[in-house]
Amino acid sequence: MTEPTPTPREGTRLDPWYGSYAQRAHQMRASEIRALFAVASRPEVVSLAGGMPFIGGLPLEELGEMTRRIIVEQGEVALQYGSGQGDESLREKILDVMALEGIQAHPDDVVVTTGSQQALDLVTTVFIDPGDVIVAEAPSYVGALGVFRAHEADVVHVPMDAEGLIPEALEQTLARLKAAGKRVKFLYTVPNFHNPGGVTLTLERRPRILEICASYGVLVLEDNPYGLLGFDRDPLPAMRSMSPEGVIYLGSFSKTFAPGYRVGWAVAPHAVREKLVLASEAAILSPSNASQMAIATYLEHFDWQGQIKKFQVQYRERRDAMISSLGEHIPEASWNVPDGGFYVWVKLPEGLDAKSMLPRAVTARVAYVAGSAFYIDGSGTDHMRLSYCFPTPDRIREGVRRLATVVDSELETVRIFGNPGGAREGTVDFPAPDIF
Amino acid sequence: MHAMILAGGLSHERDVSIRSGRRVHDALRGSLDRVSLQDVDTELIPSLRFGGVDVVWPLLHGASGEDGSLQALLELVGVPYVGTTSKSARVAWNKAVAKAVLGRSGISTPDYVTLPQSLFREVGAEHVLDLIVARFELPVVVKPARGGSALGISVVHKREDLARAMVHCFAYGDTALVERAVEGIEVAMSVLGTGDDARALPGVEVVVDGEYDYDARYNPGRCEYFAPARLTDEQSRIASETALLVHRTMDLRDVSRVDMILDSEGRAQVIDINVAPGMTETSLLPQAAEAAGLDLPTVYRELVETAAARGPVTAT
Repeated sequence: MTEPTPTPREGTRLDPWYGSYAQRAHQMRASEIRALFAVASRPEVVSLAGGMPFIGGLPLEELGEMTRRIIVEQGEVALQYGSGQGDESLREKILDVMALEGIQAHPDDVVVTTGSQQALDLVTTVFIDPGDVIVAEAPSYVGALGVFRAHEADVVHVPMDAEGLIPEALEQTLARLKAAGKRVKFLYTVPNFHNPGGVTLTLERRPRILEICASYGVLVLEDNPYGLLGFDRDPLPAMRSMSPEGVIYLGSFSKTFAPGYRVGWAVAPHAVREKLVLASEAAILSPSNASQMAIATYLEHFDWQGQIKKFQVQYRERRDAMISSLGEHIPEASWNVPDGGFYVWVKLPEGLDAKSMLPRAVTARVAYVAGSAFYIDGSGTDHMRLSYCFPTPDRIREGVRRLATVVDSELETVRIFGNPGGAREGTVDFPAPDIF
Repeated sequence: MHAMILAGGLSHERDVSIRSGRRVHDALRGSLDRVSLQDVDTELIPSLRFGGVDVVWPLLHGASGEDGSLQALLELVGVPYVGTTSKSARVAWNKAVAKAVLGRSGISTPDYVTLPQSLFREVGAEHVLDLIVARFELPVVVKPARGGSALGISVVHKREDLARAMVHCFAYGDTALVERAVEGIEVAMSVLGTGDDARALPGVEVVVDGEYDYDARYNPGRCEYFAPARLTDEQSRIASETALLVHRTMDLRDVSRVDMILDSEGRAQVIDINVAPGMTETSLLPQAAEAAGLDLPTVYRELVETAAARGPVTAT
């Protein structure tokens, strides 16, 4: 039986508002790569993709009791709107955290945000008009690139080496941009245990970078979620401690405590801070009181520095598992050995493309983030980021072993077809939040 | 009645499957005593055996969902299910085998060749790629011999892009299907029912801006859909008859989607057969049902009730 032929009607693009979107929204699209990550959440898959801290290492029972008491005893405050700049007692305690990296500040200098990701968005909102230039390391944090892209910034990458951002390359880039009549608004940098690069900007280079930026009238945006997670030595002084007027500093509890609270902060020169507060109020009215009170209580009553030391030990053990497995199973690749943080940045053997290899990895039940996510133009496909923060050492070893089989079979394909140039260009990936 | 929707799995198409499963689950909720949504994991068999399940609707896309293995499991458990049997799914899943079966029934498909990666290694990739161009001319479509959801697909217009398309394809599976790209009107024909009771829904015409890939398929905007398709009565008749012939020839049950291109000579060239067609918000079968004036929850309920009444597949 066949249906009678109905009268044709106009076509649909399945989205009645398609023609109404802002231009920038058209590039916000679910990608093939994002779809593949749906499998990464299954327990069969060893995910070396996510930058998720090891929450299992926290005293969850005690935190549960803490949360109960906050709601029962202070619920009328915890569940109410709060200050746009953030809870004052938390801002005072944040000074203690930053003091570990040499930052001297006043509670009024601190703006509490919904994760440092919101602080990134606020700074970009306050400084960036479409087409303005942001200079950032190559590679650079994927979540920052997403914010910069959404504000239609022109991101220019500057290379790093084992000692972090290269001052000479920065100077050349700024000179070139100036000569081209470009307005550079700020340098975005993750100086400690870089995401994804794993490297740390040396103490010697820090003043040099600040001098170069100052001489070109370029603000520095110092993003420091990992600074306290070093394995072998005390934290280096923050760049903010060396130049309070030239640096906006972003801090976070997501990596040293728990990302679920979504609490971070910005410390900025006075006038900038005023604008950040106004922009934050316009965006979210106020950060969560309940989350801020939980963090303030944690900092007041728990041995948070002892917890960070435990994390350091656990993450070092996981890093060691990853590095030794890479040496054993994928010796033809190369990588750095991070002395803190969450990530190893792996250069694949010649001719391999991390993005086009990902479906094969999913078949082999292992996941990683292709290097292209960390470049504004989607280059960097010859690298991948491996995270050791979340899986146990045994799972890490198993994941790297699986990855080795993927590399072998991809090498076989590339040997057959030569080096055809990797995945198609022109697509921008929007990774899921749990890989940040 | 307790209907269990199976969605998820470990294939590359897990994301699409979960979206399909949620849609069908939500549409059925309220019209049956109980509707549950279940992933394919270690909980599955205990749930099937002891969870009071009357009927299952497998909505897994990609391997294990469409290659017949999940259906075989359901047959082993002895639970009725919506959709094609394991035996027929196995045949439809392998695009090369399906093309051969269709060819014997006089159904046109684009000229094609299936090529395992090992062959390229043994005889030299460049020689094979040259042969492909000589045989089919460009453009050609390169896709995994097994798989769906537009994953791993490339339309190749230039010889120098062919190797990259092969590498992209082989990341999804060890055998590539290369076929001549046919120009014409692309129409997706959804079929409901089984055997002589099967009926074709109005065609959905797909017009893509640029290349047809995952991005175009699952992000509203780059594809324009016409439901019903802008066809003449004669074209509509050909499309419907072809879809029904495919459905019956391949022994498909309950629901299928046959993708085809109506070429300039008035022939329907079948390019894909789906035994578990997508049911997401951008999928083609729901659009076809809507164009036919059908109420989706009612269609889904009828499919479930038919399967339950039919009972389990008995071993053959």
